[in-house]
Amino acid sequence: MTAETDAQPASVVIVGAGQGGYQTAASLRDHGYRGRVTLISAEDALPYERPPLSKAYLKSDGHAKGEEELWLRPATYYVRQSIDLVGGTVTRIDPAARTVRLGDGSTYDYGHLVLATGARPRTLDVPGAELRGVHTLRTARDAAALRASLAAARCAVVVGAGFIGLEFAAVARESGCAVTVVEALERPLARAVSVRTAEHVTRLHRREGAQLLFGQRVVALHGDRHGGVAAVELADGLRLPADLVLIGVGVAPRTELAAAAGLPVGDGITVDARLLTGDPHISAIGDCAAFPQVRSGKRLRLESVQNAVGHARLVAERLTGAPRAHYDELPWFWSDQYSTTVQIAGHDDGHDTEMVLGDDPDAFSVLLFRGEDLRAVESVNRTGDHLAARRLLDNGGQVRPGDVAAPGFSLKGHLASLGGGTAAAVGRAMS
Amino acid sequence: MPKITYVAVDGTARTVDVPSGTSVMRGAVFNDVDGIVAQCAGNAQCATCHVYVDDTTLDRLEPARPDEDDLLDFTACPRRPGSRLSCQLTVTEALDGLIVHLPERQK
Repeated sequence: MTAETDAQPASVVIVGAGQGGYQTAASLRDHGYRGRVTLISAEDALPYERPPLSKAYLKSDGHAKGEEELWLRPATYYVRQSIDLVGGTVTRIDPAARTVRLGDGSTYDYGHLVLATGARPRTLDVPGAELRGVHTLRTARDAAALRASLAAARCAVVVGAGFIGLEFAAVARESGCAVTVVEALERPLARAVSVRTAEHVTRLHRREGAQLLFGQRVVALHGDRHGGVAAVELADGLRLPADLVLIGVGVAPRTELAAAAGLPVGDGITVDARLLTGDPHISAIGDCAAFPQVRSGKRLRLESVQNAVGHARLVAERLTGAPRAHYDELPWFWSDQYSTTVQIAGHDDGHDTEMVLGDDPDAFSVLLFRGEDLRAVESVNRTGDHLAARRLLDNGGQVRPGDVAAPGFSLKGHLASLGGGTAAAVGRAMS
Repeated sequence: MPKITYVAVDGTARTVDVPSGTSVMRGAVFNDVDGIVAQCAGNAQCATCHVYVDDTTLDRLEPARPDEDDLLDFTACPRRPGSRLSCQLTVTEALDGLIVHLPERQK
């Protein structure tokens, strides 16, 4: 697409005030943008960080954290930066008139529109999914409800062994709750990590006393006579007692507004390499955006802080007259479970060789190659490896399987042998 | 309540009250002090809350844990002896009066 794009539009309206929406507004001001910035939030809260919601925020030991501990910035910041925070739900985009309409009937004109609508948790289509004590986890409000439930829970069932489910399972075990994780596939994190890392995660949870059931489907949730959840029924007839159920079966991108406005959508709002939708005055970023990966050409939709922030910065640069040809930032991700940190650098879209660094079964990295090409590195309690991998992959992944096989190989050492990269390269890898 | 002083690159200093138990990073964010990004929300993942602890108050800190130490090799501005990640510095009464200098950039 070569349509003329907006630079220095008179106003920017951002739909969605999660990490990506917030970062777009902040980066616009960082780049000296002086037009009107309107950040529309469907949540009744200042923009906040989501990563702690499935981790520290759930813990009620000591003091229960308040929502203000999650704020990306305090209220004074938005005043100081002339960022108009508007509470409400956008019900319609009119691309011809370049307006958005909110549920209360108010409308906002835009020079450029940024869709940062995020995603919503998928639910289970089984009887009993509406029972009290059945949770999903996406927002601070969800987390507060889950935390309150957990404080009184004795046995929790987690449906889905993804990151959200496993992080919650760890917190629940640490608070003394019995935990069973039910996963339809044969291993945890099946779409996200290698078999080796998945097996470690399985061992970790079992060692901490959680029960993990694989290849099992939930067919019904059963309640007690007060309307609270009491049991989870599996396809093989097994009934697991539960006074708390977390459904962690992934999210669906919020694409409805874009689709209703006639924009192309698939698994996410379809954008080009500059994160523009089919309309040159509308961008989409973060969890809701399906963007083409430069290296593979494949369309990708990622759910991470790094992705949301990276997208937001690219759009802000484009709107302030410093466009990049394409979005090409290295994906990275982390998950904390018990005292273990799992970190992923790069995106594994198919590998044929796995090489392992580290002799400690509780601290190792898995290097994933396709042919001679390093695609991704998974690190378990090896932050140094993860950071070196991020820089190496960002610089083109100058590691070959033959290098790794050499005695005494380390990612940090290899990075140093290549010259370590300049300060600018470091900044790029870390940003 | 412990007082923490944040000194910007241009020398402007701001002293704010930060409750014990919260981090030096959170103290900056909550008080709208510019110069700390904290992209990963204080999880020791991103090295964008780098600060230089003033020489006069450096001896009050516990040494960095290994993951913080690793991250300090990857900050946007050069690592110096006083370099720390402010998300890993938990405020206590013993840190009352801590002075941290903000780097030129975090990313």
